[in-house]
Amino acid sequence: MDVEAAKLIGAGLAVIGLGGVGIGIGNIFASFVTAVARNPAAQAKVFPFTMLGFALVEAVALYALLIAFLVLFG
Amino acid sequence: MAEKTFDPLSQFEVHVLVPINLGGFDASFTNSSLFMVLAIASITLFLVGGTRKRAMVPGRWQSMAELSYELVANMVRDNVGSEGRRYFPFIFTLFMFILFCNALGLLPFGIVGLHGFTVTSHIIVTFAMALVVFIGVTIVGIAKHKLHFFSFFVPKGVPMAMVPLLVPIEVLSYLARPVTLALRLFANMMAGHTMLEVFATFVVLLGVFGFAPFLMIVALMALEVVVAVLQAYVFAILTCLYLNDALHLH
Repeated sequence: MDVEAAKLIGAGLAVIGLGGVGIGIGNIFASFVTAVARNPAAQAKVFPFTMLGFALVEAVALYALLIAFLVLFG
Repeated sequence: MAEKTFDPLSQFEVHVLVPINLGGFDASFTNSSLFMVLAIASITLFLVGGTRKRAMVPGRWQSMAELSYELVANMVRDNVGSEGRRYFPFIFTLFMFILFCNALGLLPFGIVGLHGFTVTSHIIVTFAMALVVFIGVTIVGIAKHKLHFFSFFVPKGVPMAMVPLLVPIEVLSYLARPVTLALRLFANMMAGHTMLEVFATFVVLLGVFGFAPFLMIVALMALEVVVAVLQAYVFAILTCLYLNDALHLH
């Protein structure tokens, strides 16, 4: 197998981790919706944590993308 | 038309604008430096211009300047406590600089033929900022607690048998903080801009049907604006949380 093909396969494998990220982001917003549904007055207090959680999980997605880029172009 | 070369990563190239050689040390003024200067100039203009009137009932500009101040002040007060007030200027500077750097990278300079540049899309810039935060916060913690600072690495309520196993893990995750802080901002900025450029090449390649990737670019631009603000907010709030850890140890 030549290097180019191996790189492409490696990049494809690297993004499998994004499945977990999708679950994570869905989890965060599901919790947010549930929390606001139970207690609508808490929305303003909970929303900043939702955004923080989302950004932290998104960062993991970008780590996976970074590895894919490193494999593909490194 | 000349042969089309598609290089989505060429937008991140640093070009020297004014070569400055300080005895063998390359201190040239680059497009990266230019955009940093533009960011600082915009921030100064925004804040000084906004607070010029000092009206009791603020107009629009003054409201925006006060809102940005309040956002960061509330963040510092909620996450660090009253001791964090002395670090507010640092965190405010950090937040505004990252926000404006991210936002300046989104402006369509290409319309007038120039090339925009996102300062924070380079790992060295974000890593420098993250390192300043990390070293600063560690020094603050050690200065306040002296050697008791290292009790931070032993989580509360852990049986003594688990401590030799947990402490290296805690130390490692503490040392990973500047890396993740830098990597998060860098990866978000670089990935966003690369995606925009890749879809832009699709628009050129598809010719007539280029409106489909164009709509995608519109949606991506909206996402990029959200990400620009969000990443600045996340960097600032994580700095506050790390500062809280250092000041209050657990």
